[in-house]
Amino acid sequence: MVEGDMKHGPLLRVNRLTKFYGARTGCRDVSFELWPGEVLAIVGESGSGKTTLLSCLWGDLMPTAGSIEYRMRDGRMRDVMRLSEAERRLLMRTDWGFVRQNPADGLRMNVSAGANVGERLMAVGARHYGNIRSEASDWLGRVEIATDRIDDMPRQFSGGMRQRLQIARNLVTGPRLVFMDEPTGGLDVSVQARLLDLLRGLVADLSIAVVIVTHDLAVARLLSHRMLVMRGGVVVEEGLTDQVLDDPQAEYSQLLVSSILQA
Amino acid sequence: MQERLRISGLDKTFTLHLQGGTVIPVMKDANLSVSEGECVALAGPSGAGKSSLLRMIYANYRANAGEILIREQDTMTNIVTADPRKIIELRRSTIGYVSQFLRVIPRVSAIDIVAEPAVVQGRAGDDARDAARALLARLNLPERLWALPPATFSGGEQQRVNIARGFLSSYDLLLLDEPTASLDAANRRVVMDMIGEKKAAGVAIVAIFHDEEVRDAIADRVVDVTDFTDAERVA
Repeated sequence: MVEGDMKHGPLLRVNRLTKFYGARTGCRDVSFELWPGEVLAIVGESGSGKTTLLSCLWGDLMPTAGSIEYRMRDGRMRDVMRLSEAERRLLMRTDWGFVRQNPADGLRMNVSAGANVGERLMAVGARHYGNIRSEASDWLGRVEIATDRIDDMPRQFSGGMRQRLQIARNLVTGPRLVFMDEPTGGLDVSVQARLLDLLRGLVADLSIAVVIVTHDLAVARLLSHRMLVMRGGVVVEEGLTDQVLDDPQAEYSQLLVSSILQA
Repeated sequence: MQERLRISGLDKTFTLHLQGGTVIPVMKDANLSVSEGECVALAGPSGAGKSSLLRMIYANYRANAGEILIREQDTMTNIVTADPRKIIELRRSTIGYVSQFLRVIPRVSAIDIVAEPAVVQGRAGDDARDAARALLARLNLPERLWALPPATFSGGEQQRVNIARGFLSSYDLLLLDEPTASLDAANRRVVMDMIGEKKAAGVAIVAIFHDEEVRDAIADRVVDVTDFTDAERVA
């Protein structure tokens, strides 16, 4: 199989990624591949290393060791940490997205909803105001925000609407890879259900690859194909999501699964 | 008749780490072969491992040893060792699994739950939804429920949604876990007819029936799983 075979090769290849904070382990020897359209959940409790891993992938943290390779749009695998600053910025503005737990961290709170979405389009070269506005309006509709709210500021939105706006801002450039950090985190349960359903539909329709960090196993079950269970910075189990949840092998996975409250 | 499923030397134990590492033997050296158009019923008392065997064929449970070969056109794939992407592909194209309970998804209507696997297999959305309506009507699910998410449905209504979902798509191998358990006599009859039609279309079926009358009417063979689990063999 040739490296340039887009459909049949991994999009992201992480090899023995390790991050130490001084003597303390953030994450150690984490390896996985992610293929186009595949959703990978990383589960574990606070301190398991899942957020450290995500920060290393996104480039907020510099790994101590290991490699992160990504298949660029030209089909070639590139070492993300060796990209030039300009290449890396372009990648993060166009082909990658990051949906953060707190929408205020992923949005610009003092510009309008339409501008929040349009801004990412302009980063990929869109200049025509009318086109940008109509594309932004279309995306607000897709995330179920009434288009007459296009000129409102995100701070006038509810938590659930802000999160949906953040999703639109990320997806408008047609990214192939989106990272999500507890995207349903601080939301009410009814709002969570709506957001999950929306995410599920968008990810499947657009065939986006996703790495989603969550401590909520129900969210992982609904959205992901595969799962990594982390504890103390290392991966203790991995497999198909339903396999790991229904027939967990590692002691820690069994503890996680058996700790879910039945509603 | 072409063989669709071949299980050989299959072992399964559960190791309960939270109970001091207690090992529960489930199955030892299980062997089974199912051909196209054949329905094999799994029998044995509750807890004998019937559902576990179905789940292993679907790769929902892992096996400790042995092979589960599943035919996909001209090749047999061992799902025990297949990588996750291959398993997902087999579940989309080849293996259908009707579990006892429907896993509902918030906000998704009964029609869309039923149509989804067929759409994934490439059927056009409108066509799949029309077929879903026809199947739900055949299963006597009241029309007012079709557009609603099944979270609030009764057990029997959810089971019919689940059956419709498994039967609408075209799989070469169908796994049925007590498909008639919470149905009344009329709907049980409908499901029996539907299973008969799948067999006639060449689908290989492995099923657990709670009701012997249904089982004897449909199954070509009955396999007693206690043969795979008897104490001497698993010890």
